[in-house]
Amino acid sequence: MAEQIPFVEYLVLGDDPHLVAQECTSCGARFFDRRNACAGCSGTDFQEAAVATQGVVRSFTIVAFAAPGIPVPFVSAIVDCEGTSVRGNIVNTPADPENVKLGMPVRLTTFAIGSDSEGVEAINFGFEPAA
Amino acid sequence: MSSEDVYILGINMTKFGKHKELDTLDLACEATFAALADAGVTMKDMGVIAAGNLMGGAAPIAQLIQKQAGQTGIPAYNVSNACATGATALRVACMSVKAGESDFGLAVGVEKLAGAGLLAGGSRKDDGDSWKRSGRYGAVAPVDGRIGTETMPGVFAQIGMEYGNKYGGANFELFAQISEKNHGHSTLNPLAAYTKKMSLEEIMGDLMIAYPNTRPMCSANCDGAAAAVVVSASKLATLSLEQQRRAIKISASILTSDPFEEACQVLPNVNTLTRNAAKQAYEQAGVGPADLDLVELHDCFATAELVHYDNLMLCEEGGAVDFFKSGAPYRDGSTPVNVSGGLQSKGHPIAATGIANIWEVCHHLRGEAGPRQIEGAKVGLAHVIGLASACGVHILEKSAL
Repeated sequence: MAEQIPFVEYLVLGDDPHLVAQECTSCGARFFDRRNACAGCSGTDFQEAAVATQGVVRSFTIVAFAAPGIPVPFVSAIVDCEGTSVRGNIVNTPADPENVKLGMPVRLTTFAIGSDSEGVEAINFGFEPAA
Repeated sequence: MSSEDVYILGINMTKFGKHKELDTLDLACEATFAALADAGVTMKDMGVIAAGNLMGGAAPIAQLIQKQAGQTGIPAYNVSNACATGATALRVACMSVKAGESDFGLAVGVEKLAGAGLLAGGSRKDDGDSWKRSGRYGAVAPVDGRIGTETMPGVFAQIGMEYGNKYGGANFELFAQISEKNHGHSTLNPLAAYTKKMSLEEIMGDLMIAYPNTRPMCSANCDGAAAAVVVSASKLATLSLEQQRRAIKISASILTSDPFEEACQVLPNVNTLTRNAAKQAYEQAGVGPADLDLVELHDCFATAELVHYDNLMLCEEGGAVDFFKSGAPYRDGSTPVNVSGGLQSKGHPIAATGIANIWEVCHHLRGEAGPRQIEGAKVGLAHVIGLASACGVHILEKSAL
């Protein structure tokens, strides 16, 4: 099997794919990027926290017009994963307002986005309807 | 020593639209000289200049304006605060006057934006030959379109849909009706980039950009400039009665940034900083939302206008949909909003917007708005949001003379 790597550093692959946040040990604020300090309390100690893989769609848009090379339409959403907000695409359902709804339950899923010249496959995440 | 009240003595916006023959400095100088003439003063009187132009990048627009309009050696501030750049420039000039450093200040915002297309997420790097991690997310390739959207129509669509999720009642048709209102308003504004009335069917049937925002529901990229001359109350008292009569009091000048909240680094929160700015502005001016005769708010997208009815407290919390449906924000309603046509129809030359919306309010307070005059207007509010984020709120009052 080809070597697989996560598309972003905060995605953990394996048997139980999930996202991992940098959680401030002082105030509990969660972030997905490399941190210098906490935006909430300026604390500098962080621990890794697994983010729930189930959530509900708190907001979405169906992008029909984007930069060249980005396949459209696609659904961009803000998913409330048990108190942690996550940005991601809604996948495995048609990108239209009949199939994507506010408050819709979704779950994390992963998929390959392609291989590089060395045959390494990059795996991205998205959310699919969980109903 | 108590700090001085500050007044707008002169103000101008150029025609918004396509200015093929004019470059950035032509537009900036046109607005500058018109604002000075409106004020009855000259560049030699100015004690400070603050200016912004986002598309010019790091070019020092304030000094470039001085090199065309008058190099008098005064302090020049080049400001950049996304869509709040114009309001920031005005606030810098106000602060200088308030601090007693200058009697007169000049603020200028200018942009050449006609035909610009998507401003963020408008281009994306190609994937490399091999996956290589870079950036703060350690992504092996560009994330736009793969982990949500970075385009402004998409970001603001989500901001409006989030409001709908929280309070209900906000759907594609409602957002399109807001756009219909602003396009309708623009028919009375000869300086607007677009002055064509659009039906609800035309708006909903137009090119979809990011659901629920179709093309006419997005701010119109265009060229334009706006400039304002501010003056201290004590200096104003020495000027002519006509100047004093047309001067507009800046009852509140507020700038906020976004405080940390859960999710604010996932989807920008344009609500809390606007609410904070509005609260401070009402307190500073000693007026409430019910006192406002007109409001120019930052309708960069139809989905944004809805949330700002709530954020500026023009309605009860959660009541923006009912507020709109009551007819309140139409020009014949109880709180006319964006009678200029707003960013969707008047246009949005980014750095000019935060002064142009103040020009619109001043125009009505002076009773000089012609066919679109809101009769008897005495108090108005101008609001801008620049993503990142910055929020500018100014409350303006008609002269007591």
